[in-house]
Amino acid sequence: MLLLENVQKTFNAGTVNEKKALTGVDLNMNSKDFVTVIGGNGAGKSTMLNMIAGVYSIDKGKVVLNGRDLTREPEYKRAKYISRVFQDPMMGTAANMEIQENLALAYRRGKKRGLAWGITKDEKELFYEKLKVLGLGLEERMTSKVGLLSGGQRQALTLLMASLIRPELLLLDEHTAALDPKTAAKVLDVTENIIEEQSLSAIMVTHNMKDAIRLGNRLIMMHEGKIIYDVSGEAKKKLQVSDLLAKFEQASGGEFANDRMMLA
Amino acid sequence: MSVLLAMFSAIAQGMLWAMLALGVYITFRLLDFADLTCEGSFAMGACISAVMTVTYHMNPFISLIFGFLGGAIAGTVTGLLNTKLKIPPILAGILSMISLYSINLRIMSDKANLPINVREEGVESMVTLVQKLLPESIRTMSQTTTVIAACIGVIFCVLSVAVLYWFFGTELGSAIRATGNNEKMIRALGVNTDHMKLVALALSNGFIALSGSLVAQNQKVADVGSGTGAIVIGLASIVIGEVLFAKATSFKWRLTGIIVGSIVYRMIVAIVLQLGMRSSDLKLLTAILVAVALSVPRLLQVKNGKGARS
Repeated sequence: MLLLENVQKTFNAGTVNEKKALTGVDLNMNSKDFVTVIGGNGAGKSTMLNMIAGVYSIDKGKVVLNGRDLTREPEYKRAKYISRVFQDPMMGTAANMEIQENLALAYRRGKKRGLAWGITKDEKELFYEKLKVLGLGLEERMTSKVGLLSGGQRQALTLLMASLIRPELLLLDEHTAALDPKTAAKVLDVTENIIEEQSLSAIMVTHNMKDAIRLGNRLIMMHEGKIIYDVSGEAKKKLQVSDLLAKFEQASGGEFANDRMMLA
Repeated sequence: MSVLLAMFSAIAQGMLWAMLALGVYITFRLLDFADLTCEGSFAMGACISAVMTVTYHMNPFISLIFGFLGGAIAGTVTGLLNTKLKIPPILAGILSMISLYSINLRIMSDKANLPINVREEGVESMVTLVQKLLPESIRTMSQTTTVIAACIGVIFCVLSVAVLYWFFGTELGSAIRATGNNEKMIRALGVNTDHMKLVALALSNGFIALSGSLVAQNQKVADVGSGTGAIVIGLASIVIGEVLFAKATSFKWRLTGIIVGSIVYRMIVAIVLQLGMRSSDLKLLTAILVAVALSVPRLLQVKNGKGARS
């Protein structure tokens, strides 16, 4: 389904700030795979998602989704197939627009936007039902500005927006990292439900090793711009946090991964 | 009596200048793009309209369409400088503004100003054209021209609010508002934000040039320097409108507020002139007005201990 072939990216090439973000990523993801991605800071996890989404152009390699070569497609065209939830809850919604307006924008993801009215009556009813399922009471506040919502509510709304039209691939970039533990758990529940219900293909970057083990059917670990560990199926189910820590230690040559990983 | 007449004239002018404020609102508030093109596009509208009526004896109302189009092209150029050549918004606007000074002089055949002399055969201004349609007894009354200007102003204001309300409610308009609000998000939803900026800048500068055309027609003269300070006048109208309509949340009322703001701004100008202020000091006064209006809400917040950080 998703095929990454020797994807490479260097930022600020040829300057003192040169940073080799991806040094050759190969990934072959099957349809309905739910892949969790872990790795230390600067391992290239977010960069990989940004390359798939087309935020930056890649230096070398190929990005293919369901047989379509997306390597040269701009971000806004890839949005037709790929939807995203960002780490920053402020990032995925338009704060000065109403909840229903945000949903209406997402309902037209990848479609041509013309001079038809931006939101129809039928859509409002659909959004009402969808919001009700979230169980956050947002269905009664559809004309409220999104800026009035809490981070968790905004992130749940962003998830709903990302799945309003079924994407071929859902990218989650540490989307619970900025939330308090209780809210993070709730948003993670919503994530699981949505992915399961629509049987989506998804990639989720996380710092939480327990979540990475518990969720999804495949786990990959990145280090210095490469995938260094890839486990799926039964083997993944048997994984322990200590196994992952050992892998990390091995990869980083003894010196240990950052303390955020330690606490996870 | 003279004060009342000055007020009435200020109201009429305010409605013609309101198109400028609406245009500035589109870029500054909706698109979050500090666009300085408006200084040039306002004068461009004036120049195009005057040349069309004086040199080509065109119907002044049709010349407004050409004024609008001229501004829209200027806005598109700024948009291309920004989106394709990656020049920062302010600089892109300044480049267009400066080039428009030369272009406007070309449009006016190197004359810095061009009177619309309605005594000349075949030349009509917007107001005199309407005046000729009226019966003799009304036509010759002393305030007829101001009344006509006010009526034209009302028609344009109502139409503009209706058009902008409709446009920014459409799929395209919503995408433009989202571009101003959260560019990254709307791009992730499949919108080419470069195109949105081009459309918004064209529309904005079209309205600004339309305002220039209307004002030139009303004053029966076009001047290449008439756009100086247009951005500040537009902002002043917007902030006055926002203060007066502070509780208005719906888009319709916010647009109406801007028009009221433009009228109130002209009334303030008329009052200070009546009080004996030099007209050359007006721009300073306007700048102070905008600076105060923009900073007071912020300073009050800090004083109340809220929002100390930016």
